[in-house]
Amino acid sequence: MKYEAPTSTKDAVALLAKNKGSAYVLAGGSDLLVRLKGGFIEPDLIVDIKRIGAMQEIKKTASGFRIGAAVPCVAMGESQALNKAWPGVVEAAKLIGSDQVQGRCTVTGNLCNASPAADSVPALVTARAKAVVVGPKGRRTVAVEKIPAGPGRTTLTKGELIEAITLPAPKPKTGDAYLRFTPRTEMDIAVCSAAVSVTLGKGGVVEEARVALGAVAPTVVLVPAAAKAIIGTKLDAAALDALAAACRAACSPIDDKRGTVEFRTDVAGVLAKRAAKVAYQRAGGK
Amino acid sequence: MSHDASFTNQKFKVIGTRVPRPDGIDKVTGRARYGADATAPGQLVGMILRSPHAHADIRKIDTSAAEALPGVKAVITSADLPDKVGGRRDMLDILENCMARGRALYDGHAVAAVAAIDAETAKRALKLIKVDYKPLAHVTDVDEAMRDDAPIVQPWVRTAGGDPNKPTNVAQISQFGHGDLDAGFAEADVIIERSYKTEQTHQGYIEPHACLASVGPDGQGELWVTTQGHYTFRTQCAALLGMEVAKLKVTSSEIGGGFGGKTHVWMEPVALALSRKANRPVKLVLTREETFRGTGPTCSTSIDIKIGARRDGRITAALATLRYQDGAFPGIWGMLGAMTAWACYDLPNVKSVAYDVLVNRPKVAAYRAPSAPMAAFAVESTVDLVARELGMDPVDFRLLNAAKEGTRASYGPTYGPIGIGPTLEAVKNHPQMKVKLGPNQGRGMACGFWFNFGGQTCSTVNIGVDGTVNVSVGTVDVGGSRASLSLIAAEELGVPYESVKCTVADTATLGHNDTTEGSRGTFSSGMAIIFACRNAVQELRARAAKMMDVPVEDVHWENGQAVALGTQHSNLQPLTLAQIARKSPQTGGPIAGHNEVVADGAGVSFASHICDVEVDPETGQTRVLRYAVIQDAGKAIHPDYVEGQFQGAAAQGIGWALNEEYIYGKDGRLQNPGFLDYRIPVCSDLPFIDTQILEIPNPGHPYGIRGVGETSIVPPLAAIGNAVSNAVGVRMTHVPMSPPRILGAIKAAR
Ligand SMILES: Cc1cc2nc3c(=O)[nH]c(=O)nc-3n(C[C@H](O)[C@H](O)[C@H](O)COP(=O)(O)OP(=O)(O)OC[C@H]3O[C@@H](n4cnc5c(N)ncnc54)[C@H](O)[C@@H]3O)c2cc1C
Repeated sequence: MKYEAPTSTKDAVALLAKNKGSAYVLAGGSDLLVRLKGGFIEPDLIVDIKRIGAMQEIKKTASGFRIGAAVPCVAMGESQALNKAWPGVVEAAKLIGSDQVQGRCTVTGNLCNASPAADSVPALVTARAKAVVVGPKGRRTVAVEKIPAGPGRTTLTKGELIEAITLPAPKPKTGDAYLRFTPRTEMDIAVCSAAVSVTLGKGGVVEEARVALGAVAPTVVLVPAAAKAIIGTKLDAAALDALAAACRAACSPIDDKRGTVEFRTDVAGVLAKRAAKVAYQRAGGK
Repeated sequence: MSHDASFTNQKFKVIGTRVPRPDGIDKVTGRARYGADATAPGQLVGMILRSPHAHADIRKIDTSAAEALPGVKAVITSADLPDKVGGRRDMLDILENCMARGRALYDGHAVAAVAAIDAETAKRALKLIKVDYKPLAHVTDVDEAMRDDAPIVQPWVRTAGGDPNKPTNVAQISQFGHGDLDAGFAEADVIIERSYKTEQTHQGYIEPHACLASVGPDGQGELWVTTQGHYTFRTQCAALLGMEVAKLKVTSSEIGGGFGGKTHVWMEPVALALSRKANRPVKLVLTREETFRGTGPTCSTSIDIKIGARRDGRITAALATLRYQDGAFPGIWGMLGAMTAWACYDLPNVKSVAYDVLVNRPKVAAYRAPSAPMAAFAVESTVDLVARELGMDPVDFRLLNAAKEGTRASYGPTYGPIGIGPTLEAVKNHPQMKVKLGPNQGRGMACGFWFNFGGQTCSTVNIGVDGTVNVSVGTVDVGGSRASLSLIAAEELGVPYESVKCTVADTATLGHNDTTEGSRGTFSSGMAIIFACRNAVQELRARAAKMMDVPVEDVHWENGQAVALGTQHSNLQPLTLAQIARKSPQTGGPIAGHNEVVADGAGVSFASHICDVEVDPETGQTRVLRYAVIQDAGKAIHPDYVEGQFQGAAAQGIGWALNEEYIYGKDGRLQNPGFLDYRIPVCSDLPFIDTQILEIPNPGHPYGIRGVGETSIVPPLAAIGNAVSNAVGVRMTHVPMSPPRILGAIKAAR
């Protein structure tokens, strides 16, 4: 097994592209090293991206934010601007593992690990985050929900990596929130989860909304029907019930050691309602 | 010299103080050496191949490719572990559990092992071993295993007193009780019957099993191992390998938790057999996954309870039917459940019947007050239901029916002075009982009992020339016992705590000591040390008499010094222990005291717990808000470590009650052999656990000590069950009360 720590994205891509066997990008390593130690993967090459300067920073750009692929979640928590703009994204990133894990782990790694239960992904999806993908053929920008293809699989092709995640600047009166259900208070994996972002119009009426669910399908699911259920409302009880019903209808979870189909479906609706209320408040709704 | 073990109510100087533990600094700085921290020149890495099947015939094992791999020094199967125990069933069971003999009995059962020059090679060798399995029908559920058409786990098993020709999974039926049950139920105004289930849990010790084994061609061997009982490990390993007991030296490492799971051997005989075959030391360290799949958790159970009571609150009859799953080998776990089920109460008519049942799961091991928590969950839940039906306060109802001195226990003996009543009184007076509950919150309480154990013990006290003291004990320190035992030696000899050094001696140094189980460490080694110190004091007096030139009868031991009494000696200065020790080379050589004893008279122990919870009615999630443990300790030698035991037991009980469980798939494979999906509580899941120590002296110990390590894991399942049931308004009958189960129960009741 070879370990490389290039200092530029270009070099990293070149290393990945020319490698013949199995190659893995190493960000925080909190998934990769666990799988390596468990004997689930036997890489020929590991490319550590933590020495790449451009991947280390959170940048405020004209259109919003650019979060380098090697930025640990703890740094997202420390960014006041990010907290103010997308508190739901930050609270999701800050739910990953524990303080120690967050000192290393990244939202890009969370996305590329492609677990349906990845905590930061639903909130990235509702915030319309995009992934900046760099490969031998150049650069492309894709919506984050297009990256995971199924449990443990991504749509990235050979030699490609993600350089950064971008977030738009939120429209005025926008709020987002993320909630997950875990039996333990921390160090656990979401049994199901929900992220909601809303933008309010006149009189506190929801004008735009996005709702995404985690751990209830092979990938994180965006639920337009659930968004529709609350657009044009002030989150009255009927709207919230319709939101929950739409979420439950979008669930196609599995029965496993972490939860039953019935429980996941049921609680996904409960979390969506609760997250919607928090997002609404953060958007300035009363 | 024989000594009297009776309680004497003496005044203490250092007993009861909160001194720092002697192993503390090494443990927090990482210097302490655990099971995996030993190395030997030329050591090999041992690894075990385990069955992926719940139940399978092993038609053939081809090890040739593994043996041919460069770097592989030994490969063994059960053929390398022949029967050296003359067919003794209990020992053969242990051997068969260490290595499958023709049949894999559970997912994770060891089938072969290798020793190689490094981990990479050992891993590769495991992959090269070809096992030809023929999968068989399996059963993992205790109730299903009792059905007539269930797959049979052990063809040789027959129920005692049952059909001698009929194979069965019921290895044993045990029955306890007294009185006339029919008459008792006939007298009852209220009768409540309920059925309960509890799932299988693992002790969850942080340190996986690990050892370093070395056996030479001369038949001598050494084993460094994380264990609760190195003498027991020596006895078992020597017997299974056909070695002589005196030629196998077993040293216990520091232990990162055991809770019963390290009371007998798992892979240690395999490591010794590998070492013998390779003629090199072999280090074998289990992974967490192997620890879950291949070592002993506690039972899953299915229990029926029936209680009858009169309007005045007296229980007239009580019946428990308990089905405990022992894993793939017979155990006594159901029997212990039956013995403990009703132990808290004074009952005129009582019966418990237990079934020990075999299934295709790992061999069950002890887990802290083994079997009692499940029985208590079922009994204490039903007791709450009866109290409610009678319109009585659950604490008052328990107090009215509590056992006391003179009560004939349901399992046979008549109690001496016991603590159940006082713990219940303390519950009534506890400030937590007055805290107002909010919406979706509930309060519950429950009682628990554990026997405690004494057993064979052997200790030595050696006094150094500078007046410091070495205490050698044979009971492994699993909970701070070296601090407590040092306090006891300091008290007896009248020296400062700081001048005592307590060491857990290897098997070549002391006579046999029973395993540290049954909360016996401080009780039994404490007794042996008191007696050993008193023997040393005899010698100290004799030496002092020589030094003072007075008859030994005139020399008394007071406050750590020899004092000559009598008018003609009034001008003689007392001699301190240090002064006598300094002169010992001239007065007869080293000064020591020794004692070996079967420490009888372990006092039973009771606890009552109070728990407040809040349940999210939409997700079924439970938060434990407040928790209080009240337990009788007899005498708290070192209160910090007594409280630590109370808190630790409650923490384990909370995990068991709410989230921990072995989850088996339809294929009979364990789905969650890791801490990610086997959910023991993390720190933020627990409230501060309040403790209250009661001291009702055990008449069978000079200091009044009772064991304290186990009792407090007995009440939590029921205390939390009662609290959750009160919070959601639905009786919970299935442990763990995980969110899906609670939500399911709430929805079913709607
Ligand atoms: C104790 C513990 C607790 C955890 N708790 C949680 C939790 O609560 N919630 C949760 O969602 N997850 C949890 N995880 C999983 C893990 O921490 C997260 O998924 C984390 O976000 C992964 O980030 P990382 O930077 O460590 O990824 P890495 O392990 O470095 O990488 C993960 C995967 O992504 C690939 N990858 C990484 N960066 C890139 C890139 N720039 N381009 C292309 N591919 C890339 C890697 O090759 C690898 O396949 C936990 C893990 C541990 C060990």
